[in-house]
Amino acid sequence: MGRFLVRRLAGHAVLAVVAASLAYLLAAASLHPRPDPPGPAAGPAPAAPADRAALRRLNLDDREPLAERYRVWAAGIVRGDFGRTLRGEPVAAELWRRLWVSVRLLAAGSALGFAGGVLLGAYAAARRGTAADRLVTAGSFLLLAVPVFVLAPLLQIAAAAVDQATGVQFVEWVGESSPGAAGGAFGALGAVGDRVRHLALPTVVVALSQLAVYCRYQRGMMLDVIGADYVRTARAKGLRRRDALLRHGVRTALIPLTTYFAYTVGVLLLTGMFTEQVFGWHGLGEWVVDAILRGDVNVVAAANVVAAVAVLLAGLASDALRGLLDPRVRARA
Amino acid sequence: MSVLEISGLHVVYPPDVPVVRGLDLAVEGGEVVGVVGESGSGKSALALAVLGLLPAGARARGSVRLRGAELLGRSDAELARVRGRDLAMVFQDPLSALTPVHPVGDQIAETIQIHAGATRRAARARAVELLDLVGIPDAARRARAHPHEFSGGMRQRVMIAMAIANDPVAIVADEPTTALDVTVQAQILDVLRVARDATGAAIVLITHDLGVVADLADRVVVMYAGREVESGPVGDVYRRPRMPYTIGLLRSLPRLDAPRERGARPAPIGGAPPPAGGPPTPCPFRPRCPIGGPECDRAAPAAVLVGAGHRAACVRTAATLDAGRVFPAVPAPPPPRRPPRAERPAVLRISGLARHFPPRGAFARRAAGAVRAVDGVSLEVRAGETLGLVGESGCGKTTLLMEILRLERPQRGRIAVFGRDVAALSPKVRKALRRDLQVVFQDPATSLDPRMRVRDILTQPLRTHRVARAAVPRRVAELLGLVGLEQAHADRYPAALSAGQRQRVAIARALALEPRLLLLDEPVASLDVSVQAQIMDLLEDLRAGLGLAYVFVAHDLAVVRRVADRVAVMYAGRIVEIGAADAVYESPAHPYTRALLDAVPAPDPAGRRGRRTLLADPPDPSSPPAGCPFRPRCPRYAALAAPALLPAAGDELGARGGAVARARCERAVPELAAPDPAVDRSAACHHPPGPP
Repeated sequence: MGRFLVRRLAGHAVLAVVAASLAYLLAAASLHPRPDPPGPAAGPAPAAPADRAALRRLNLDDREPLAERYRVWAAGIVRGDFGRTLRGEPVAAELWRRLWVSVRLLAAGSALGFAGGVLLGAYAAARRGTAADRLVTAGSFLLLAVPVFVLAPLLQIAAAAVDQATGVQFVEWVGESSPGAAGGAFGALGAVGDRVRHLALPTVVVALSQLAVYCRYQRGMMLDVIGADYVRTARAKGLRRRDALLRHGVRTALIPLTTYFAYTVGVLLLTGMFTEQVFGWHGLGEWVVDAILRGDVNVVAAANVVAAVAVLLAGLASDALRGLLDPRVRARA
Repeated sequence: MSVLEISGLHVVYPPDVPVVRGLDLAVEGGEVVGVVGESGSGKSALALAVLGLLPAGARARGSVRLRGAELLGRSDAELARVRGRDLAMVFQDPLSALTPVHPVGDQIAETIQIHAGATRRAARARAVELLDLVGIPDAARRARAHPHEFSGGMRQRVMIAMAIANDPVAIVADEPTTALDVTVQAQILDVLRVARDATGAAIVLITHDLGVVADLADRVVVMYAGREVESGPVGDVYRRPRMPYTIGLLRSLPRLDAPRERGARPAPIGGAPPPAGGPPTPCPFRPRCPIGGPECDRAAPAAVLVGAGHRAACVRTAATLDAGRVFPAVPAPPPPRRPPRAERPAVLRISGLARHFPPRGAFARRAAGAVRAVDGVSLEVRAGETLGLVGESGCGKTTLLMEILRLERPQRGRIAVFGRDVAALSPKVRKALRRDLQVVFQDPATSLDPRMRVRDILTQPLRTHRVARAAVPRRVAELLGLVGLEQAHADRYPAALSAGQRQRVAIARALALEPRLLLLDEPVASLDVSVQAQIMDLLEDLRAGLGLAYVFVAHDLAVVRRVADRVAVMYAGRIVEIGAADAVYESPAHPYTRALLDAVPAPDPAGRRGRRTLLADPPDPSSPPAGCPFRPRCPRYAALAAPALLPAAGDELGARGGAVARARCERAVPELAAPDPAVDRSAACHHPPGPP
């Protein structure tokens, strides 16, 4: 098992390096941190120094050869240095701060989405052809069809309507916390409650967008398993249908799903970007969008490194999960 | 009182297909009742209905009573309390019937925990005991292994251990040995006997194999189109069958103990078994029955008593008193006139052929771990003869066939087809040679393109080899006639044909280019017994009429006995015995051939004998034992290891002689040699039996 993981890690690492490098080259070749020549079509005025010497110091001057800039950047990355922003601040510090904001936003949502999707998909498969199955199927297709940037405002509107109807504000929909929440009558407890109230709505958005995908996959996998001989064996042993499916079916059906787990991380990052924008969280996604508008190459590249590493880790996690679930994989390693 | 009592059972599959139509069956404790039938006879639906595990949408009515308590119509929760405790089941395919992700010990322990309320620890300990009981060596360690780490036979042992875990009063076994090799089948039948003796359970043994029933069952029920057509004590039914279907089935069965009859053969049952839920004619067998008369069309025949406990559902039992008159022997085509073997040219000559597959995974690419699928095979097929190639799964039969079909330079050794070494062929000659060398595969359902009409399937080889366009329609019509199909079949798709008809199409396709050598890879293994006989007759007629030579690969020794002139027995990639079929079957020189023949259950309860079951499983082809590959399973080697069994019993010289004899088995791989030069039979054994 260990050797198997190491081998997969090596393969993933090569992919991550290639992905991060391509992302830097694309960003460095297409983003321009200098003001365009004055004219009617001038873009938004950059908030950065136009001074060539300053840009060159930051390794951001697009008149330098691309290969040279890439060399400097890559050498920095190897040392753990992500370079500096247009304003000259180190990228790394801000990167870590915002990364944690994003993790706080996405962790609960994706876990809920995975668990909920798997259970709902298994349930729909077990009740195949019934009204319950059709309802779940229709619901997940509806969710799949609604983009996150539509879903999030819709939920905000719905929450506002509920608040208005009941006269009590249950959830907050801007930012991570309200200033002064910790100073209220409940102290630290109040601060936690406040954070939960802020987290609720974006978590639901993330969870729902993930849930729909997993639900569809798990339903398909589960349908293959429901007719399997070993589920029949489990029932012949004296397990009820439901228990036979839960104990012998779900786990086997989960095995192929672990592969999708790695792929959905990319989508998850994108979901996070929109959710942060809509709910006013100052996370990684919001930062990247701003950086692209400013032409802040190092920030965009750093965020891409993080994304590549995240996908790599997710791939590793799905391999490990697969090995844990499937003894046949363990044996082959 | 009967432990399990089924009466008036009807099962209807959706949308409205009656698969079981009124079945009565009663089984006593400790009794084994065999239920035999061909595909579509409703025997599996019967098993599932008894356990309440019918697929969604299927309906069952009638009555199934276990110790007097009605099971039909009870809820899943109520049935769950009965299943696995009082009523257990053994399924057909042990490869898929065990959950792949849980250790086998836990899977057995689970059923104990559900019903006995035992602690996890106690249940696991009991699971180890059960594994030991069904003959799994080193049970405590193996209990923690997962199903994929077991061979097919071992997995079926696990299934049986699971079935007997809670001392059930009745066990339903649905084709428990069908997916297994014949030597492993013999082991599993022994394990089922152990299970019956240990639990005293009533056993319903469902199978298509009349030999298995004769071997294990006390009573037999023959099913046809969802109904019982004959039942009774095994001895009576096999000796004096009274229903035409049973008679035809028993007579068309290839047998090990009967040499190929020259000049005459039993008439096979015509047609094919009706698909499940076929039209409810009064007597379901009427369309295929040779003695049916107008009285058969009136009403469904009721079962009449024709002996002690022996019932037959036939209105003309008077006409079935003499079974030989129902299906009289018909003249077989005269054996092809051919010169003696030595004067005929060889159409296929193989010498020293080897095919090794590198192990999977780039990191472990070492020669030591290579799978030696074929490891030094030499044989010769002469014009106009059939060579039967037998052996258990994984012995290299199919690989050998594929190597011949490739028509390219083999890894090692030589292959000569029609006198031409295949290593030296130019691409053009190789293509031309393919016309003379054709193949028929096991399963026509997968070897024929489902999207092509029969006409197109037969036209394709003709087009590929540029037969004149104008001649094609006539040739297709000719081929259909040759294999006994009607011209109307040309416009059908394979899905609209029965299994037997599909195999006829596959044979016609192989014959399209008038080959001289046909390779047949298990051509009848996927067919029902009554259809098997028809296809074997067809192959025999074609060989006589067209002067073909066959290489006939099969795992069924009785089938090979019926069709082959010569037979080669393969074990672990080598031929261990080869020679004239009669010589090999009547006095095998290799202990493996002996064991294979012993393991086949004869379709005759009188022949149930105390046979010696071969121990263990076939060897791992990637790490064969040193010396003779058969050594770990060889009874002759085992006898050498016990000096008391040697002729010079007990004395010092005998013991030393045994050690020397053993050492030969342990060091050198035996070469093929003829123990008796007068007989066409060679065996690769260091210690062949002396001339009698």
